[in-house]
Amino acid sequence: MPQVLKAPLAVEFPFTRSLGPVQSAFLTGLRERVLLGVKTVDGRVLVPPVEYDPVTADEIRDLVEVAGTGTVTTWAWNHEPRRGQPLDTPFAWVLVRLDGADTALLHALDVPGPDAVRTGMRVRVRWAEERTGAITDIACFEPYDGEPEQPAGHSGEFEDAITGIVAAARLDYTYSPGRAQSAYIHALSDRRMVGERCPSCRKVYVPPRGACPTCGVATSEQVEVGPRGTVTTFCIVNIKAKNLDIEVPYVYAHIALDGADLALHARIGGIPYDQVRMGLRVEPVWTDGSRFPDHYRPTGEVDAEYDTYKELL
Amino acid sequence: MTREIAVVAFAQTDHRRTSDELSEVEMLMPVLHAVLDQTGLKTADIGFTCSGSSDYLAGRAFSFTLALDGVGAWPPISESHVEMDGAWALYEAWTKLLTGDADTALVYSYGKSSPGSVRDVLTRQLDPYYVAPLWPDSVALAALQAQALIDAGDTDEPALAAVAARSRTDATTNSHAQLRGSVPQGDYLVRPLRTGDCPPIGDGAAAVILAAGERARDLCERPAWIRGIDHRIEAHGLGVRDLTDSPSTRLAAERAGAFERPVDTAELHAPFTSQEVVLRKALRLDDSVRVNPSGGALAANPVMAAGLLRIGEAAARIHRGESDRALAHATSGPCLQQNLVAVLEGDPR
Ligand SMILES: [Zn+2]
Repeated sequence: MPQVLKAPLAVEFPFTRSLGPVQSAFLTGLRERVLLGVKTVDGRVLVPPVEYDPVTADEIRDLVEVAGTGTVTTWAWNHEPRRGQPLDTPFAWVLVRLDGADTALLHALDVPGPDAVRTGMRVRVRWAEERTGAITDIACFEPYDGEPEQPAGHSGEFEDAITGIVAAARLDYTYSPGRAQSAYIHALSDRRMVGERCPSCRKVYVPPRGACPTCGVATSEQVEVGPRGTVTTFCIVNIKAKNLDIEVPYVYAHIALDGADLALHARIGGIPYDQVRMGLRVEPVWTDGSRFPDHYRPTGEVDAEYDTYKELL
Repeated sequence: MTREIAVVAFAQTDHRRTSDELSEVEMLMPVLHAVLDQTGLKTADIGFTCSGSSDYLAGRAFSFTLALDGVGAWPPISESHVEMDGAWALYEAWTKLLTGDADTALVYSYGKSSPGSVRDVLTRQLDPYYVAPLWPDSVALAALQAQALIDAGDTDEPALAAVAARSRTDATTNSHAQLRGSVPQGDYLVRPLRTGDCPPIGDGAAAVILAAGERARDLCERPAWIRGIDHRIEAHGLGVRDLTDSPSTRLAAERAGAFERPVDTAELHAPFTSQEVVLRKALRLDDSVRVNPSGGALAANPVMAAGLLRIGEAAARIHRGESDRALAHATSGPCLQQNLVAVLEGDPR
């Protein structure tokens, strides 16, 4: 078996999320160093506040200011902070019930070690220097032994209330394509196209994914196909893709390689875009150092008869 | 309920830290073939197919559609997918069979945690406004729950270590399990949880076949009849919940009929030792009940399949005549946020 292929893969995108009126007030409040809760139907004060009563599902809108001081209700010692977490030095995760609230907020507590934390200890908010209207406007909590702070009774109305947040997220993976696709990629490095044949229906899949989607069985017999093939269908691309150095318009086509029972797709070059047609015979063009064909170009052969590729459209 | 529905076949992969030589469908196919072989059914004989998985685990967009290749989904089959543990796919299949639209169902799920960092991946299921931006990982949240249990006097570190040891000892008879035998309790991962209190990270897949009425008796010598199944969820705010209790599990169990008669076996989906403490309390399980004879999620925890494994393991014990009435539980979300309970029974012997 050839060596397992691996490559780093980062999945990263900014999620843009709109806020309901209660979330907007809470997060705008953080920007202004004001902590708001919301009253439930039965009179409890939820911090952080939500749009709907967790018990009755009623819409709730009655905002109440609570204190920046509170009590730890449970904790966990995180000796090895991970990317994105509130502090990059060891800290305690805590649930904190702020004075005036009936529920607890998750955040970090900045203390030197686990012996400095206990359930029931008193803490207060440490605000971030720069605040934008996000849960991270609370930098963390810190130990506090003074009197409970007295909230000023803020109405929850703000100038320039924020209406949305952008939450960046990134996850890192080590991608490995599996047995069948690894074999395909290994063959590509020798400029060969290798598919796999289904033992049941005998169809040859290129690129192979390891299973026949019709029969539900593993494919394993390797079959070299192409390099020439037939354009089965195509489209003309008129939109320039970001980071892609190809002049528009160009043609993107489905190509049935000779011997394959599944069309793959690739760009067609070496011919004006408006002369590409179904049945056009093409061959791959490799560029130095590339791991797959850059594009396909006409071979000059006579066009294939429709009947020879109609099942592969 | 007018139709009797049973689990008639169950298969699972060996659960391993990595399976990087296999794609998802390559990992999944052997278990699909195994459950079909057990019943003599072919894909074309299956009335409904339902799967559970999450593309975030391996970072592969639409991997669940690629996994369908392993079923043989052409010509088009009646099929559905849930972005949840396979136990919820089984619930959907059960409702489909109840309607009478199908007599048999194939349910499968798989998870490949090895390509990513599952502790971080699971933060993406959290409240995106107030919680996810802090990236609290799955072990940290379970540790908050464990500390709450210790503070409440419900458990202590030695008791948690005993849960870990019992699970991995039981797993010595489960050749599919990833962590078996003597496993050190280790250092704190996030205190109060030590590495031994946490599930292994790994890849795996599971599949079951459901059948209704006489069809079940044709396909299986001793079908595991689903006497009741229900799932319930709690408020998503962690600070709104009492983390030492699981009212959603208790309610699901009530609705599934779990309290009507004692069970002899319980397969609990408790990835962390402390969560078994919560579940035993909510389900009123005493020492007469055999809990997690398979080793449970502490021995093998392929995310998205570990809940379906509990139903499969409980059913397999009924198939083998080792249990007459078993409870299976599956969980989803942080700190046992959502819970499913099924009660399975074998015909009298
Ligand atoms: Zn086939």
